[in-house]
Amino acid sequence: MGNQPDEVQEARAQGRVLTGSRVIDAIKRSGVSHVLSVPDLHTAKGLLTPIRSDPALTLIRTCKEDETFGIAAGLNYGNKRALILIQYTGFLYAMNAIRAMACEHKLPMCMMIGLLGKEPDVAPQDSAKFGVRIIEPILDILGIKRFLIDDDSCVDAISPAIEHAYSASEPVAFLIGRKPV
Amino acid sequence: MMNRKIALERLKTLINDEIVVATYSTASDWIEIFDRPLNFFSFGAMGLASSHGLGLALARPERKVLVLDGDGSLLMNLGTLVTISAAAPKNLIHMVWKNGSYEANGGHPVPHQQVDFAAMARAAGIASVYRANDPESFESAVRQALSVDGPTFIEVEIEEGPLGPRSYKEMYKASRRQRLREALNA
Repeated sequence: MGNQPDEVQEARAQGRVLTGSRVIDAIKRSGVSHVLSVPDLHTAKGLLTPIRSDPALTLIRTCKEDETFGIAAGLNYGNKRALILIQYTGFLYAMNAIRAMACEHKLPMCMMIGLLGKEPDVAPQDSAKFGVRIIEPILDILGIKRFLIDDDSCVDAISPAIEHAYSASEPVAFLIGRKPV
Repeated sequence: MMNRKIALERLKTLINDEIVVATYSTASDWIEIFDRPLNFFSFGAMGLASSHGLGLALARPERKVLVLDGDGSLLMNLGTLVTISAAAPKNLIHMVWKNGSYEANGGHPVPHQQVDFAAMARAAGIASVYRANDPESFESAVRQALSVDGPTFIEVEIEEGPLGPRSYKEMYKASRRQRLREALNA
């Protein structure tokens, strides 16, 4: 705590921080063994960097986001759990793979989607960024359950939601609203 | 160049408990030749057969995984060669069946029919790369790929068609995928 920048300490004191290590602990508690990712500026430092060196997680770097859904499907048939870590632009890019793997095949595609540019303490639907505003409605149309992970108070929802995704064989999306620290 | 079905008949004699991931035209011929629980048919998101194969290979490192990709399909997901090279699963054999055609999409040509996929795979960092254009070179390439640590890549030059009768509904039904899951997790 003492080594953190003043603004992070202040935000933490006010309960308005999203701690990357807490998110990663929740992922690991869910039995996830593989993280499939295209780097996202929003989560690069707070999530992807520590995941890279976490011995309990295997990071598979892909060139485009639709690959992550194909790989996650293969892992699932082989009885391994995966988390897809991408930016909202990559989510939009991968729409056909999501339609096929997550919606039609009803596979437990667990997505963590960085809302790059979402303003702190502003709901996604109220963001000034068009790309951020449309993500929740698209997930709703696809019938994919979604959780906004905007600060540490939201993190406890992650592990049960992943467990449910696997037990019910259905997709789930976690929208990373605040840049994790 | 060779007929795809002749090559697939040869492939049937070379495999045992490997997982086979097939897609589109090659899948419809393969199911006719060798319908088995350890088949996975990739559909609905064209281009992702090799990604499915990579996931299966990572999940089940004790089994070889053979991906029967198409050239049109691979062109939709060329980055997969780099991803596979970096992930480096020893048990993945990625074949591209090259006939220069989006055969399953009406037989229109791919944008460029002389693409050198073997060179692309090598350039992506895949060390074991083979070419086949007749049944003998195909059998030799598959035998080598099965005997070495991967990832390996085989470019298979084939003739276009003929397309036999096919039922995508039958091929892609959920019970087939469940059968694979049960076979893998028994």
